[in-house]
Amino acid sequence: MPAADTSGLSRRRLLLGGAAAGAGAAVALGAERAGLVPGAAPEPAIDAAGLNGERVVPFHGAHQAGVTSAPGAHATYLAFDLLAGTDRDRLRAWMRLLTDDAARLTQGRGALADLEPELAVRPAGLTATFGLGVEAVRRAGAAVPSWLGPLPAFPEIDALEARWSGGDVLVLLHGDDPTAIAHLARMLVRDSRTFATLRWRQAGFRRAYGSDASGTTMRNLFGQVDGSTTPQPGDEAFDRAVWAGPEAPAWLRGGTSLVLRRIAMNLEGWDEVGREGREAAVGRRLADGAPLTGGSEHDAIDLDKKDASGFTVINPVAHAASAHVADAGAGIVRMGFSYDDPVEAGAVDAAGRPAVSNSGLLFGSWQRDVDAQYVPMQRRLARADLLNTWTTPIGSGVWAIPPGCEEGGFVGETLLG
Amino acid sequence: MFTRPRFLATAATVIAAAALAGCSSDAVPSGPELTVTDPWVKTAAPEDMMSAAFGTLTNTTDHDVTVVAATSDVSPEIQLHEVVGGQMQEKDGGLTIPAGASLTLEPGGFHLMLMGIPAAIVAGDEATFTLELSDGETVTFTATAKDFDGANESYGSGMDMSASPEPSEG
Repeated sequence: MPAADTSGLSRRRLLLGGAAAGAGAAVALGAERAGLVPGAAPEPAIDAAGLNGERVVPFHGAHQAGVTSAPGAHATYLAFDLLAGTDRDRLRAWMRLLTDDAARLTQGRGALADLEPELAVRPAGLTATFGLGVEAVRRAGAAVPSWLGPLPAFPEIDALEARWSGGDVLVLLHGDDPTAIAHLARMLVRDSRTFATLRWRQAGFRRAYGSDASGTTMRNLFGQVDGSTTPQPGDEAFDRAVWAGPEAPAWLRGGTSLVLRRIAMNLEGWDEVGREGREAAVGRRLADGAPLTGGSEHDAIDLDKKDASGFTVINPVAHAASAHVADAGAGIVRMGFSYDDPVEAGAVDAAGRPAVSNSGLLFGSWQRDVDAQYVPMQRRLARADLLNTWTTPIGSGVWAIPPGCEEGGFVGETLLG
Repeated sequence: MFTRPRFLATAATVIAAAALAGCSSDAVPSGPELTVTDPWVKTAAPEDMMSAAFGTLTNTTDHDVTVVAATSDVSPEIQLHEVVGGQMQEKDGGLTIPAGASLTLEPGGFHLMLMGIPAAIVAGDEATFTLELSDGETVTFTATAKDFDGANESYGSGMDMSASPEPSEG
């Protein structure tokens, strides 16, 4: 494509620098295809350009990039337990090493001591976000936020397993290329051996890059449009919901918190429910995620609207009704990824048969204050959410997400520096 | 110290020796002849006796630059090595970096060989190195210690460092 080379490259640079790169690139790519292949623009086709592989999300900045960048098609969570000897000084050394790995690999460069730097050159929007559990903050000798620690128990729904729960330090990697994620994950775990042990690792996914227009709300494995109301980076409500302010310890300002819940989904049980029942359980249409009270996906849900018989159109215990918050800035910001793992040996389904699926949702949420934003909503959902029939939380954890760092700094410097 | 460090580092990975330059009233107000980027050193326990340091040396001048010696705060002795045919050997005459070119020190190739280290080098440690050039100038940099299972090249003498438990001969 020699004729298009110059304009293509400059357009690429322009787009990759901006926060709107995802949506912009899709548009530009369409235009490029239209120009290169006259008359063939509307035809779905293999992407021969590979533009997205080189897409870089800046690592440095006021906030950690994985909180504010669009969720990638793939995600890997790593949770570590600190070794006994990992004191404040060693924690600082470790966070410096991890930050250095992430700062290089997310920008398309190999890590130090990386004999496979070729794996780094297609970051495809790779981000790394680091979180600290209560034990890590204690060892740092810093003030512990009141909400940092395990969530209160939700006995109505919880079936938590230690192997998916907790962890002193957490890393979330997300991006569109699973090879780039795998390589960064390996560099991180290799650099962690003398400081911590890997407690668990969880991987999740959304639709592949290019399958949906960028910005499309994800579908979970129940087939539901999942996350229609969650504030987006750039929204005023996002900033209010996410960023810790004066109420937080000084080291956390500009940071946030992450709640991660591993939610098993009973797909076989869901099979027993017809389309109408499925929509009633959520309060939204399966086809497009619009509220059952009408409109389109992002229109406000009307929880008071009555049908001819005098009942509310949306069941008060439907998921969307129980989860509803009037002020999005006082709620949570969700970032979910599906998981679809191999069936475990000996597992049985709800009917007592050998299990044929092991699927669910890695439900992540950002909020400035877990107790004020997450816990009240989770209490409502634990008591009354029709979806609880088919979902079971089997993992849980809470981490403080420190602010970002500038070049030469490291994540965690606000409490370890 | 055998010579006055006179060069202010420009690369972020090279120590900014402002204090040292401050006591050198005749400092040349130009960049260093040699910059060191992405330096790292392999972690080691004292019983390992040795370790190795790596990075990319870039000659910023229009003439050849030769590294003739190296010192460090973590090792009493450093040799300039290369690996030839899987065997380490000392690089006679030092490491020459042609004008405007870069030389990468990496596992399986050129490296700084640390001999007889007295104390553990632990992941995340910062070790200071000074390279001495043939014209008497020095370049100082800080290398981050990284756990790394490779870089176990054996000596040209035939002694396999990775397999033999303890060298028996003196």
